[in-house]
Amino acid sequence: MMVSLMKKAGLATAALMLSTLAFAEPGGTYQFDKKDAHQFVMFKISHLGYSWLYGRFNDFNGTFTVDADNPEKSSVQATIQTASVDSNHAERDKHLRGDDFLDVDKYPTATFQSTSIEKTGDKTAKITGDFTLHGVTKPVTLDAKLIGYGDDPWGGYRMGLEASTTLKLADFGITKNLGPASETVEIIISVEGIKK
Amino acid sequence: MPIRNDRTRYGWLSIGLHWLVAATVIGLFALGLWMVDLGYYDPWYRTGPDIHRSIGILLFAVMLVRLLWRWLSPPPASLPTHQRWETLLAHLAHWALYLLLFVAMVSGYLISSADGSSVSVFGGFSVPSLTGHQSGLEDIAGDIHEVAVWSLIVLAGLHALAALKHHFLDRDDTLRRMLGLSPRHPTPSSPGESQ
Repeated sequence: MMVSLMKKAGLATAALMLSTLAFAEPGGTYQFDKKDAHQFVMFKISHLGYSWLYGRFNDFNGTFTVDADNPEKSSVQATIQTASVDSNHAERDKHLRGDDFLDVDKYPTATFQSTSIEKTGDKTAKITGDFTLHGVTKPVTLDAKLIGYGDDPWGGYRMGLEASTTLKLADFGITKNLGPASETVEIIISVEGIKK
Repeated sequence: MPIRNDRTRYGWLSIGLHWLVAATVIGLFALGLWMVDLGYYDPWYRTGPDIHRSIGILLFAVMLVRLLWRWLSPPPASLPTHQRWETLLAHLAHWALYLLLFVAMVSGYLISSADGSSVSVFGGFSVPSLTGHQSGLEDIAGDIHEVAVWSLIVLAGLHALAALKHHFLDRDDTLRRMLGLSPRHPTPSSPGESQ
């Protein structure tokens, strides 16, 4: 009697543990942690060929869905509010928002929607998708890296990714001449998602 | 010519300030319009805006002196030959020009100082930011600056057309007295002047 009770309790515990484990699997849909700003879209462009200028977009949001069994079926989408461009210089930011560059009145958002994912290593993948910037949609491929995932200390489950790509500004109709060293810009997106 | 304005004539300080501000505003407008389209490798790409900001700040100081002087030495009365509506419109235009000038200068300063940085005047001294970093202020200030300067230039153009109308059509002394020239013909309503 006693033994069987203990057996039952043990089974229940095991079942509970199993269900917790199941919950703690990385598969699922993640919302970017916009609220607590564990997310960054940075850009990096050469200044005259002499130094790097870094800037960022402060306002963007997105989600990604992880298929744990078949990672290549995962997906990611993000929307950037172009007016949130911030290069730590008000006059330059105003210029970047104007029609020489982002033309934010006309094109208030830039979007990315993945179309395919190719695993290239244990924690790396090439994420291809449609990137829309300045009203122009082009396929781009992001080099992505899985940074880490797991339970957070506050009862949630998180996963962090970082990805980058290099764009030719003229491909997106941004043709203002900044010099031969500054025709391309590197975009770095580093996000933490919270599992829904 | 005396420094002070009197009942019928402008003194040289008011005349000087008027034309100094007029020339500066036209110069700043042209410079501003030109500099925003300069190529990145143009030698003026940085110098143009530097001069525009510096002169803008100095113009602000000049305008404060001008308003102070206007208070200390009020301008002469309108010519008696002017119609009531002309006087009224002229005064309205003058105050609108003053207002637009200050809106243009302050909004320009707010663009440059919206990230908390100060505005350097010919590398000599700097005016610190009053707002500190204000996200997006440069865009709002930029829109206001654009509307204000275009309004200012259009209104200044009307103001100039009105002066030319008085000079060539009415053949009165409105423009002559702002140029410091003697009256075309004695004005009967200003005793002492006609002798």
